[in-house]
Amino acid sequence: MTAALRQVLQYPGIWRGNDVSRVELPSVPTGFPRLDAELPGSGWPRGALTEIAFEGEGIGELSLLAPALAALSRDEPWIVLVDPPHLPYAPALARAGVDLSRLVLVRGGQTLWAAETALRSGSCAAVLAWPGTVNGRELRKLQLAAEAGRSWGVYLLPASASPSTSPAALRLRLAPATHGGDPAAGEGEAVGVHIVKRRGGPAAPFALSLHRLR
Amino acid sequence: MLWAALHFPGFPVQVSERGVRTPGPLAIATAGARGEVIACNAEAALAGVRPGMALSAAWALAPALAVRPRDEAAEREALQGVALWAGQFTPTVSLASPCTVLAEIGGCLRLFGGVSRLLELIRDGLAGLGYRAAIAIAPAAEGAHLLARAGLTRPVTDHAALREALAPLSTALLDCPRETREALLNIGARSLGECLRLPRDSFARRFGRELLQRLDRALGTIPDPRPPFSPPVRHRSALALPAPAWDAEALLFAARRLALELAGFLAAREAGVTRLRLELLHEERKATALTLGFSLPCRDPERILALMRERFAVLELPARVEGIALAAEETAGLPRRSLSFLPDAEGAGESRAALVERLRARLGEEAVQGLVPVADARPELAWARVEPGVRGAAPVPGPRPAWLLAAPRMLAARDGRPWLDGPLDLLAGPERIESGWWDGRDVARDYFLARDSRGGRFWVFRERRERGGWYLHGVFS
Repeated sequence: MTAALRQVLQYPGIWRGNDVSRVELPSVPTGFPRLDAELPGSGWPRGALTEIAFEGEGIGELSLLAPALAALSRDEPWIVLVDPPHLPYAPALARAGVDLSRLVLVRGGQTLWAAETALRSGSCAAVLAWPGTVNGRELRKLQLAAEAGRSWGVYLLPASASPSTSPAALRLRLAPATHGGDPAAGEGEAVGVHIVKRRGGPAAPFALSLHRLR
Repeated sequence: MLWAALHFPGFPVQVSERGVRTPGPLAIATAGARGEVIACNAEAALAGVRPGMALSAAWALAPALAVRPRDEAAEREALQGVALWAGQFTPTVSLASPCTVLAEIGGCLRLFGGVSRLLELIRDGLAGLGYRAAIAIAPAAEGAHLLARAGLTRPVTDHAALREALAPLSTALLDCPRETREALLNIGARSLGECLRLPRDSFARRFGRELLQRLDRALGTIPDPRPPFSPPVRHRSALALPAPAWDAEALLFAARRLALELAGFLAAREAGVTRLRLELLHEERKATALTLGFSLPCRDPERILALMRERFAVLELPARVEGIALAAEETAGLPRRSLSFLPDAEGAGESRAALVERLRARLGEEAVQGLVPVADARPELAWARVEPGVRGAAPVPGPRPAWLLAAPRMLAARDGRPWLDGPLDLLAGPERIESGWWDGRDVARDYFLARDSRGGRFWVFRERRERGGWYLHGVFS
């Protein structure tokens, strides 16, 4: 393959129709081998947008992101949380291994503007935003900002508010799993993961064991 | 010694034009009904307007000509601004009135990578400030000054070449009285070279020792002490907007000039600004003042402008802006860095701070915070807001939810079990938290990990004091 073509394939908006796992993309390991295996680049896509739609609060959306956030927080840049629905609880995040001195909490109501600014700045490893509702134009701006700032952008919203189409490189839907381990121990607890969109085509839903933040 | 002379041809026009993007034909004229053109811009010159021309004649040539009275105070201030800015290159800067700045650059050539690289930096920098300069370089201050005024900008680095370069210059550049000039012409001395060929003794007798010394200083054969320009301790610069502006882009264009000037001033002092005051001046109205705060000392004009852009975006102007002023209210030490465009650790720290500043400029100080855990058994007091980047540590006693509700929310109870859109199963607990009797915010609660029918995990507690009841306090997510 020529260098030029390889370069084109590095561009976050371009993917090949097959060979999911063999495409080399800048990514952040999710901390869940089962999930990494399903993702092109074997992790959360850097320089692109990820959608996480969840059915019901407390389903485990933060626990799903926590291992990657903990790993990213060991580096210098910021991790920015924009307008989360509740207060991110410092003791729980510290327990999950997130270096809180790298975390910035932004609560100003201008969710999309703040997320875009942070993504574009080039000084954020990850930007998590809870916009409530979004449209395609706004998401495209976020996707471009994530590319420009080489940052991992995530927007989280209830499954009912998830748009029918999105420029996000990766879209996940989290639903209660039908079976699980021993919930009282907080181990082996499962959440149903449905990859709605990824580079390289759809994947079958699967259950993922989470170590809940606690 | 090697001197650079920064000469600004048509300085009155340059000063008056630097705040606008698309100037039309413009002339600066003496006051009064029978005004005379002092200087004009390129567009006016193209129409045939020349300095010395009567205004009526100038208008006949260029009907659209805008004319402004000369503002000598503004020119003085502007020249001082350039001198301040030049302080970032060399500590030895001197003003040569009315429109030249002299800077000794022999000592700093190595730092900036040689004459041509330094010249490039100065020229680009001046363009950013909104000036066009003729820059001459010579081993004598007066020599460089004369070359710059003559528009000879080829760098001259040794004395022999300087003598050669000065020789063809007109005696008009010497600014001597009219009679002296005529006397020089009468004996056939039209150029400096012809003056220098005359016998020194009789030259001094006829035209004054002072003029001879002036020539010697230009050649660098006698010392030429220059009063050093001493920068003020605080920096404030202002710029009048010739066309009053409403829109942010016009304001930013003018603000960029001032920000670059400020950056030069700060670089000269190895300082950065931590608080800036930007005043938008209105006619017959109090100025709109904005204070810009920086978490790290800053002298990056782009960062300053980015902050202004955010403030302008949410600003409602009470009137049109006639001028802007920028003052450094608070500065702190910030060591000089090498002139590199490659990102480095320090630069990354600066851009991290810049993001926080930008978000705060739009959303307010309180809206952008960092978090730390605090050693307190009471869940609502076990965390605190801090400046982003501050590190804190505290032991975490037990399982804690990722989300904490702003205040515990009372839950209904059925058959002694908590109810949240359905019955909650208690999975783990109780964890008894009883603390805080000393400050009146005491709690006595039994916390449980609960699950609803859809798989959501919640942190609930049973109040142990008399009023009792179940409460939701957090969400495990």
